[in-house]
Amino acid sequence: MSDSSFENLPKGWKSVPSDLGSDQTAFKGVQWGKAMMWIFLLSDTFIFSCFLISYMKGRASTVVDWPNTSEVFSLDFMGVPVPLLLIAIMTFVLITSSGTMALAVKYGYEKNKKMCGWFILATAIGGLTFVGMQAYEWSKLIHEGVRPWSNPFGAAQFGSYFFMITGFHGTHVSIGVIFLFIFARKVFRGDFDSGRRGFFTTMKSDYVSIEILGLYWHFVDLVWVFIFAFFYLW
Amino acid sequence: MNEKTELDNNKEKSSTTHKIGIYLWIWGLLFVLSFFSYMVDWYQFQGLLRWSLILFFMFLKAGLIMAFFMHLFWERYALVNVLLWPMTAIACFVGLMVAEGKYTVFTRLIYFVLGE
Repeated sequence: MSDSSFENLPKGWKSVPSDLGSDQTAFKGVQWGKAMMWIFLLSDTFIFSCFLISYMKGRASTVVDWPNTSEVFSLDFMGVPVPLLLIAIMTFVLITSSGTMALAVKYGYEKNKKMCGWFILATAIGGLTFVGMQAYEWSKLIHEGVRPWSNPFGAAQFGSYFFMITGFHGTHVSIGVIFLFIFARKVFRGDFDSGRRGFFTTMKSDYVSIEILGLYWHFVDLVWVFIFAFFYLW
Repeated sequence: MNEKTELDNNKEKSSTTHKIGIYLWIWGLLFVLSFFSYMVDWYQFQGLLRWSLILFFMFLKAGLIMAFFMHLFWERYALVNVLLWPMTAIACFVGLMVAEGKYTVFTRLIYFVLGE
């Protein structure tokens, strides 16, 4: 925190009891919407953790062999099956969109309307690409006979965990894409420079909203890091 | 009434921006780490090496995203602590379910054999 208003407050570990026990705001320098987004993301973390833990428990307790994911998720490239090719591309697409979002937040705080808007649009397009590839992956597996109750590759639980976990993550990405488009429009219209009131919230617009949107988007990328590691690579 | 001052406060706070270099560095690192974790599968590492490499790259990527893209590195400790301590509850849950999973597969193997 380089902000001058925090210079008189304790730093490091001493700041924790002092901030939490202080008047008015516990999270110094954090706009309330940002704090609430963090709390929401924390609860979302628990939801995804429950999914991944139940997947871990189901996979650990089945006596049937688990499907070999690098074969199940392989993609033919010029006649040669490449393991996890689509998943790797999806991972890179999502990381790219996370990077563009980080830059959008940066340009937002610099009040650079054009760059901020274009980077948000780029992020949205990355998200759309990701969802599109996920839809392709789903339809490919469904054609191959993967169902929530059975599949031709191994343990029957595979399908239910796959559709549940990637489906819930894909829903998050889709919702994020919708909000990215809405916010790109708001940025280009100049809402954050004029402080125009929001349609639903009737509150004045501020560039901090871009950071809050960014937090959500980075979280979606964060969850994918764990899904990629535990579901696809493990 | 108060809104104007609140907006002005926010404008003051938003002066904490960071150089573009840090974002590009983290971005590049995330690409490299993702490439490495894909290589774990490509070269078909197995056993303990595979699991430790997967976890290592995963936590490194997650840490970079949270610390720099989500700005947690620059937040005050009050927020950081509120967000990170609940993760110990998840770790406990993981530990409990590992034990539970081992017990379930043990009983299944025993009774599938005894049943036949």
